Amino acid sequence: MNSPRTEIESLLAIDVGSVNTRAVLFDVAAERYHFVAAGLAPSTADAPYKDIGEGTRAALEDLQRITGRTLVGKDERVILPGHPDGSGVDAMVLSMSAGPLLNVVAVGLLQDVSLESAQRLAASSYTRLAESIWLNDHRKAETQIDAIIQARPDILIVAGGTDHGANKSIANLMEVVGLACYLTPVENRPILMYAGNQELAGRIKEQFDVMTTVRLAPNIRPDFDLEDLSPAQICLAEIVNQIRGARVAGVSDLAVQSGGYTLPTANAFGRVIRFLSRIYDQNKGVLGVDLGATATTVAAAFGGKLALHVNRPLGMGAGIEGLLDPAQVAEISRWLSIALPEDDLLDYMHQKIAYPASLPVTPEELAIEQAIARQALRVAIRGIPRGLVEPVHPDGAGLSAPFEPILATGAVLTQAPTQGQSMLMLLDALQPVGVTTLVLDQNHLAPALGLAAGINTLLPVQILESGAFLNLGTVISPICSADPGTPIVRFRLVYSDGTEATAEVKQGSLHVLPLARNQTAQLYLEPLHHTDLGFGRAGRGVKITGGALGAVIDGRGRPIRLAGDPSERQEQHKKWLWALGG
Amino acid sequence: MLANLTHILPLTTIRRERLLPAPGRVLVRTGQKVLATDVIAVTKPINRHMLLEVARGLGVPPEQADTMIQQKEGQKVAKGDIIAGPVGMLSRTVRTPCDGIVVAVGEGQLLLELEGELVSLLAGIPGTVVDLVTDRGAVIETSGALVQGMWGNNQLDKSLLSVLVHSPIDELVSSQLDVSQRGSVVLGGYLGKEETLKAAIDLPLRGLILASMPARLVPLALQAPFPIMLLDGFGRLPMNPVAYTILTTNEEREVTVNASAWDPQRGIRPEVVIQLPTSSQIPAPAETDIFALGQTVQIRRAPCSAQAGTLVSLRPGQPVFPSGIHAPAGTVKLENGEQVIVPLANLDVIE
Repeated sequence: MNSPRTEIESLLAIDVGSVNTRAVLFDVAAERYHFVAAGLAPSTADAPYKDIGEGTRAALEDLQRITGRTLVGKDERVILPGHPDGSGVDAMVLSMSAGPLLNVVAVGLLQDVSLESAQRLAASSYTRLAESIWLNDHRKAETQIDAIIQARPDILIVAGGTDHGANKSIANLMEVVGLACYLTPVENRPILMYAGNQELAGRIKEQFDVMTTVRLAPNIRPDFDLEDLSPAQICLAEIVNQIRGARVAGVSDLAVQSGGYTLPTANAFGRVIRFLSRIYDQNKGVLGVDLGATATTVAAAFGGKLALHVNRPLGMGAGIEGLLDPAQVAEISRWLSIALPEDDLLDYMHQKIAYPASLPVTPEELAIEQAIARQALRVAIRGIPRGLVEPVHPDGAGLSAPFEPILATGAVLTQAPTQGQSMLMLLDALQPVGVTTLVLDQNHLAPALGLAAGINTLLPVQILESGAFLNLGTVISPICSADPGTPIVRFRLVYSDGTEATAEVKQGSLHVLPLARNQTAQLYLEPLHHTDLGFGRAGRGVKITGGALGAVIDGRGRPIRLAGDPSERQEQHKKWLWALGG
Repeated sequence: MLANLTHILPLTTIRRERLLPAPGRVLVRTGQKVLATDVIAVTKPINRHMLLEVARGLGVPPEQADTMIQQKEGQKVAKGDIIAGPVGMLSRTVRTPCDGIVVAVGEGQLLLELEGELVSLLAGIPGTVVDLVTDRGAVIETSGALVQGMWGNNQLDKSLLSVLVHSPIDELVSSQLDVSQRGSVVLGGYLGKEETLKAAIDLPLRGLILASMPARLVPLALQAPFPIMLLDGFGRLPMNPVAYTILTTNEEREVTVNASAWDPQRGIRPEVVIQLPTSSQIPAPAETDIFALGQTVQIRRAPCSAQAGTLVSLRPGQPVFPSGIHAPAGTVKLENGEQVIVPLANLDVIE
């Protein structure tokens, strides 16, 4: 009999999405961790299976077929730990975004202070904000009680009061919350998460413990001017896991096999973005976007401080529901490279909601999907707290904060037929400024790395260095209000062998710099017509490394000005895509 | 690969579990025959509450008011009943402003739960109660034709089926809707005009089964007082030939249209049930399946949307499609003999 290995070399990551389940294998080769392969299968959290086990088994079978390795034993469980013959794995982690959104009632003292913090906390996981109660809520007490009960909350998030601050006001609010809990049938009572004035925590636990489960978290508003969601986000993630584990069959079993290394996918994704922000340029932030079928997660981190926002419903499947408003449909229409009446676009969106796993077969359908993806991302980035990222334009178009890199995942982005399409979707939607690098997580590894960091901190670092992510290229996005066609930047690219390439970039154009993948060069930019390059002195130059598409100067301005005439606009989109290689 | 299933069957056993949203009272017994519109269980809705400020009403401190409140938790009270008092020179009293149940008393306040109307659970399909779910509902079984759809307006009704289409690609127009259809369930094809939907609502019909409809008509369809369900989708799509054949051959029979909104998590879909007698028990259809050759499949996306055919091969690898995407795929032989390669993700197995 094989004796199990004690050190962690191989790691299996299961990610259960609302449409697809992935089984991802990492292992050591030449003394470094590598991404080996990923298996894929339809998710089975929904009916008729209502058990994530079936989809997980299918994804594992796919992974076994690809790798030729035995990962599952005769008892249909993952072989843990791994054996010297190569069967099994040493550790397993589980992330999950599938399952119903959980109803949250947010309770806070001041509407624009602690209540907003409670709402932002709720938005950091797979929840739906069903109701809010605050101190100056002018509704009668009984109306507030009824509102809480009718919201059918799974979780009550209570915040308010700085530490050592107000407690009488919170006590008054808790009377309403307590009555609502008391009047809710025992089997339906929500979990109470208290993240307010810590002086009251013990008393609130004592008061509510007899009625329902109480979870205490550090104060998310320890000071009036200070918001700290991170510790409470972990607590909320555990609650979400606990509730979904009880409601979706198969979760508990996989959570046990993963030894507790289980997180909602968004939290695992946020964790890796925060991790990256600590190891990259401390003067810049790291931005992560995960465009899923039901939800779109945006994670922005600066020096370890993370803002995590799960936009829901918003995505490429059932999440299209979040884009059905006529104004959103009109916006999507502006990103289309084909002529299509808005009624037909609306038909397409409704059909995709009904069949979220279906794929675009025709070029026209692909153009629609990619237009929807742009708008979903644009809506999603507006969810980043303004204090962290001030948009260039009041409508939220354009990111002003310097992000390096921007990491993107989600099938519509990573499985696009060409890398030019992937890059153009990201540039159109995020509209970064200054210098940044666009990176694609083609195998949706980021959540697994976020979880793996809890087991082995070396693994995510080595995977990130291994080239498992696709560097699309460095993007320089100057800002200029000159007329289209006006030269705005003159660039000189000096290669390591001393040769040079020079050219001018015109306003309204995308220009690909001649730089091979992984080739480095010094880029010197000369701004023309009062162009703002978004970084330091122009003459100094920046060192850039070529990605899959080389490097790109996005001279389209911020926000990108789309032509008013539909056919001109469609030509614009086609021209920009051609500039990126089609 | 795991396949999506849509049940479109001329004769099968249909079994549906129908549950209240909250514990309540089950009104049927095992073996009882029910109609689709029969109430099989009831529950109390989430009631409204009223907080009575007794202390303020009496003009006394809360602790004193608590000793004066005459009602206890759980007690039913009627409008005008005295809750507390009289007290003081003015003989102040606090009375209940409406009927209700006392649910909490303390700190000089009394919380009253106001009575509301019961929430009813309908059988959903005609048939026999074969099992009870304590305090929650029942399992109902019947035999007959079953046609599942993809969108419904959350209404339920039954009536005789009136077929107003002559081919799967026909459009239903307002001139086809006259008083002879009033109270019937109409089988239309594509409904493209708002005036047609308004005419159906004005009659009114008892149900409308369509192949497709523009999504812009969804708000109006949601206001219709009768069930409307789409079999194939939004936009202009033909009716899938399997459903067309089953429905047109059951003209003038009583059909139940349960146009529930599609809820993938709970497995609830809009469906048409036509109860038919059988001489022997027919097995219920499978709820899960994997793709296999010979299956009848329906294509859910362009090109060939809504067309049905036979899965004749599973393609090796991941073929590339005109859009440039690559995906596991199969070859489908359509009814006209043409063969098309379709991503498996765009196929529903019909059985």
